[in-house]
Amino acid sequence: MTMIRKYGVIFRVALAERLVYRVDFFVSTFLRFIPIITTILLWRAVFDGAGETEVGDLTYTQMVSYYLFAMIARAFGSMPGLSTDVAMDIREGGLRKYLLQPVDYMGYQLALRAAHKLIYYVMAAAPYALVFWMCRRFLPGWPDADMLSWSILSLVLAFLLGFSFNMLIGLLGFWFLEVNSFAHVVMTAQYFLSGHMFPLSLLPDGVQSVVTLLPFAYETYYPSLILLQRLETPEIMEVVAVQLLWVVVLFAAIRVVWARGLRRYAAYGG
Amino acid sequence: MSVISVANLRKTYRVHIKPEGLAASIKALFRRRYRTIRAVDGIDFCIERGEMVGFLGPNGAGKTTTLKILSGLIYPSEGAVRVLDFVPWERANAYRRQFALLMGQKNQLWWDLPAAESFRLHKEIYAIEDGPFQRVLGELVELLGVTELTHQPVRELSLGERMKMELIAALLHSPSILFLDEPTIGLDVVAQASIRTCLREYNRDRQVTMLITSHYMQDIEALTDRVMVINHGKLVHDGPLQDIIDRFAPYKVVKLRFHDGTMPESFDGVGEVLSVNPPTVTLGLPREAVAQQAAKLLARFAIDDISVEDPPIEDVIGRMYQEGASAGEGPTGAASEGGAR
Repeated sequence: MTMIRKYGVIFRVALAERLVYRVDFFVSTFLRFIPIITTILLWRAVFDGAGETEVGDLTYTQMVSYYLFAMIARAFGSMPGLSTDVAMDIREGGLRKYLLQPVDYMGYQLALRAAHKLIYYVMAAAPYALVFWMCRRFLPGWPDADMLSWSILSLVLAFLLGFSFNMLIGLLGFWFLEVNSFAHVVMTAQYFLSGHMFPLSLLPDGVQSVVTLLPFAYETYYPSLILLQRLETPEIMEVVAVQLLWVVVLFAAIRVVWARGLRRYAAYGG
Repeated sequence: MSVISVANLRKTYRVHIKPEGLAASIKALFRRRYRTIRAVDGIDFCIERGEMVGFLGPNGAGKTTTLKILSGLIYPSEGAVRVLDFVPWERANAYRRQFALLMGQKNQLWWDLPAAESFRLHKEIYAIEDGPFQRVLGELVELLGVTELTHQPVRELSLGERMKMELIAALLHSPSILFLDEPTIGLDVVAQASIRTCLREYNRDRQVTMLITSHYMQDIEALTDRVMVINHGKLVHDGPLQDIIDRFAPYKVVKLRFHDGTMPESFDGVGEVLSVNPPTVTLGLPREAVAQQAAKLLARFAIDDISVEDPPIEDVIGRMYQEGASAGEGPTGAASEGGAR
């Protein structure tokens, strides 16, 4: 109970901190909608240029709806700045305060990120609603309660996946002074491998079977398919199970890396 | 039983040597060379409940390393440490609720938020009950005179005000041990004094054990009854501050400014000349003869200004270290660095 309260207050304070920058936040949230429009137009051009009604096995309508839902999934799975923040805490000694206080660094960061996400959803809700309304002809109908629950579960797991993966990258800061460029490479790969750029079904079969083994596909691609109501319940359960597995594996890896990293951190002086 | 007991504590760092020049740098990519630094080299001490102990030594002497070990931030290479019956680096929550480390050069508060928000966070992190939280916060805010400031974003506060907030944050959970690493660094005299007062009262009222490092002699004089001096990782003195001053600084530094062109050539028989910078001269006068000599000088010469001070703490420590080394107590091979400032 006190645990929940402790991290609840971290969450509240993080909210307050974010609101200090509300104008900046509002502007950047708003600007993020411009690429959505350009991407939709880009796909139009691709379909027109190819002179086909289908690219891969997807129609233009399916492509746009996939893209819109991939944006939603991304809003859960992406963790902007987490890995570089963690690496900076390690390098510049910010970690010290979490070691001195009776608080768990992972729990702390998780509460912080959850707060950042919540603010983002509140800020982005209206623009998202507008875009979805404008694109309503591309979308499937409203999901039923079952579908909605599966979707939410899958999105929460996508959040935990994104968190744990980026946390792991950040923890490399225990061994390397500079992880920014590495983090950038990983982010770019993530953009492509998660299915944010285009649906992974467009990839050649061989490549696809490898890519879908990686955790990234479970951050964006599969959650998007669930949101699109493209999967049957057994398939959904399978996706959620694999997501859960990845989350457990990544969090276990965090524990190990954290313990070893701290030993090292301590050795060079903190 | 002692609150803090340290036996044969050692901490060595292995640092990578960066060679100069391109060829050497490339070679170093394949074969790294390391140098071992003995930051703490076998120290022993015990501190009892309610004691206020000053921890002195030049930069790099091992003070901060020791504080970090005591607060569980780093692991020692060797030795046994017990604090309140805990092993610090196991970082048990029960231990972490009972101490605070305040570093004058680091901040723990949320930069963009009012300190009140950070205090509320501390309340939950340390699981402080409402009643004690309000009471302690009220007392501290009043004691430090910052009632109006807790609702202002920390980034808008002056250094002194910020430090007071940091101190409040460190004391909120009523720690029974307080580690202070240069708590008054960079502060103006008034802020320094108010922090000292706060620490004094806090120690008196609650029997809080404090270990303080500072380069300000005044902090040490005002706060501590016992001083440990560390140099090159070894403890070279452990006892009352007055012992150090009597033993290693039996003189006062007297600065005189003479009226235009009246400065005498020689100060033979007055005292040791420390520096000459006309029209100002700095003399070292024996402690017991300061008043008499100063009166004589004032009578004999046209002096515009005079000041009498204790020698800087680094000088006292330097002197002390040098004597320790000549008596064979200090570590070998590093004597040339001692007391250089």
